[in-house]
Amino acid sequence: MIHVEHLTKRFGAFTALDDVSLAVPDGRLVALLGPSGSGKTTLLRILAGLDHPDAGSVHLDGLDATAVKTRDRRVGFVFQHYALFRHMSVAENVAFGLNVRKGPGKPAKAEIARRVGTLLDLVQLGGLAGRYPSQLSGGQRQRVALARALAVEPRLLLLDEPFGALDAQVRKDLRRWLRQLHDEMGLTSVFVTHDQEEALELADEVVVMSKGRIEQIGSPAEIYDNPATPFVFQFLGNANRLEASIAGGVARVGHWRVAAPGIPDGPGVAFIRPHEIDVDLADPVAAIRHQVVLGPVVRLDLALADGTAVEAAIDRETHARLALRPGQPVGLTARRIRIFAENEV
Amino acid sequence: MAKGIARRIIPGFAPTLGLTLAYLSLVVLIPLAALVLKAAGMGAAQWLDTLTDARVLAAFKLSFGGALAAALVNGLFGLLIAWVLVRYSFPGRKLVDALIDLPFALPTAVAGIALTALYAPAGWIGRFLPVQVAFTPLGVVVAMIFIGVPFVVRTVEPVLQDVDAELEEAAASLGASRPQTFRLVVLPAVGPALLTGISLSFARAVGEYGSIIFIAGNLPGVSEIVPLLIVTKLEQYDYVGATAIAALMLLVSFAMLLAVNLLQKWNRQRMGAAS
Repeated sequence: MIHVEHLTKRFGAFTALDDVSLAVPDGRLVALLGPSGSGKTTLLRILAGLDHPDAGSVHLDGLDATAVKTRDRRVGFVFQHYALFRHMSVAENVAFGLNVRKGPGKPAKAEIARRVGTLLDLVQLGGLAGRYPSQLSGGQRQRVALARALAVEPRLLLLDEPFGALDAQVRKDLRRWLRQLHDEMGLTSVFVTHDQEEALELADEVVVMSKGRIEQIGSPAEIYDNPATPFVFQFLGNANRLEASIAGGVARVGHWRVAAPGIPDGPGVAFIRPHEIDVDLADPVAAIRHQVVLGPVVRLDLALADGTAVEAAIDRETHARLALRPGQPVGLTARRIRIFAENEV
Repeated sequence: MAKGIARRIIPGFAPTLGLTLAYLSLVVLIPLAALVLKAAGMGAAQWLDTLTDARVLAAFKLSFGGALAAALVNGLFGLLIAWVLVRYSFPGRKLVDALIDLPFALPTAVAGIALTALYAPAGWIGRFLPVQVAFTPLGVVVAMIFIGVPFVVRTVEPVLQDVDAELEEAAASLGASRPQTFRLVVLPAVGPALLTGISLSFARAVGEYGSIIFIAGNLPGVSEIVPLLIVTKLEQYDYVGATAIAALMLLVSFAMLLAVNLLQKWNRQRMGAAS
């Protein structure tokens, strides 16, 4: 169990973390998701003890670890660019954390060799123990880094953009494999990513961060279906952003009327996901400006009567049935519209 | 190059190599060859006679032993200086950084006279030292240290800059202490550069003449270096003896530098191709 309370960290005039509190229960795989500069990596580094907060505390398993040095935290850290020791073989890299132990905690040579062998089998690098990092591919290096971090049996595994430097296919495979490894070993893990797809696919719980603050914490389905703030809505996948005006709990967005309970009268902002817009040929309100086929869906760039650009994504069959072509006027139905007051934006 | 006429991507191989060889020949190879040729002109007995002279042997011992000692001292303190210059920022860091190169630029005679004045028994530093430095073999080593230190600092500095802070952080997260991190992670990373710096410093010290002859005192058999011995022989019109000594010096220096290079190559191959 990790408890982080009221963490604040400044670098000069830049506030990297602004009063951040977070709890990570044992066994969870948590994603810190946000754009660059959102403070997610700073938070991860503070968890590892590689940075020190200006204010606030870090508790690991109920004990205050704020002042505990990195090397005494038993926290595994996997760096974005792996940070493998180039002059050591794969096996020596993995054994490093065990070899530097002193006194009775240090396993015997044979035991170290056995554990290194087990770990390398686990990360599917059994045959490459004698290789050097420069002789490995990116995905292999990443797995060596992971095995090295796991060798010290960390109570917490931290990963900084673990798949950032890999190409798309390797990234997908490694993601699935990491999820499996996490579950099999009963790890508690926190990883940083700016890729919303990665966060939603891999994590039990996603922490969305922006400008040093936590915007929302929730399961992938929760944060995707019920974004708490306009930032989260826009950051998680595509969204149309339209102006709205709210009066008496009802918002007017273009030609739509939407219930907006609890939102004060005045200007507001509406978000609609492209795939939550239906297109028909009755009551035209927009014109197709451009259309692109993207695998199973067709993306339509539309212009409302007042010129506002709206994006819709419909499936190929509907598109073919309606025989849509550029310039054609179409009717739009939004299945779901989220309204936020202007001052929330 | 499996085939001699393979097409090359980078043009201009023939003219650039030709120019390089011609230049190297004029400046380096022909003078060295002339030296070897001249030395080869004398008989084996004469060779043996010259080189087994007690005075010559003592000079060789001092030149190479002193250079080795100076290079090792420079290795240690040069690494320290490079570390301080790279890892910390403090007022005057740029100034210190610039000072490192002074031994390169200072006329060696000036350095020699300054060192002698300082380390002489009545000098500013010499008077506080329990042992005499100037006019002894120790003085020779001091001068060799002075002229060799920039080589280590300048070769280690850029490599140390490249050693990612992440590597040290990774070591710390795996439970390594600071000394362990330095010994197991930082030192091996800068090791090849450090070795290069030490061997450059060594080579420079072996060939150094100007600064040493002032502080050495030049007692035959005690504080006389090989280059000075060669000059002495030349002044006595003993050209053959001088070239014999020079040729041997060349041979030993070449062998040692070659050994260091082979060591580096072996080390690189062990780690595979550079990433």
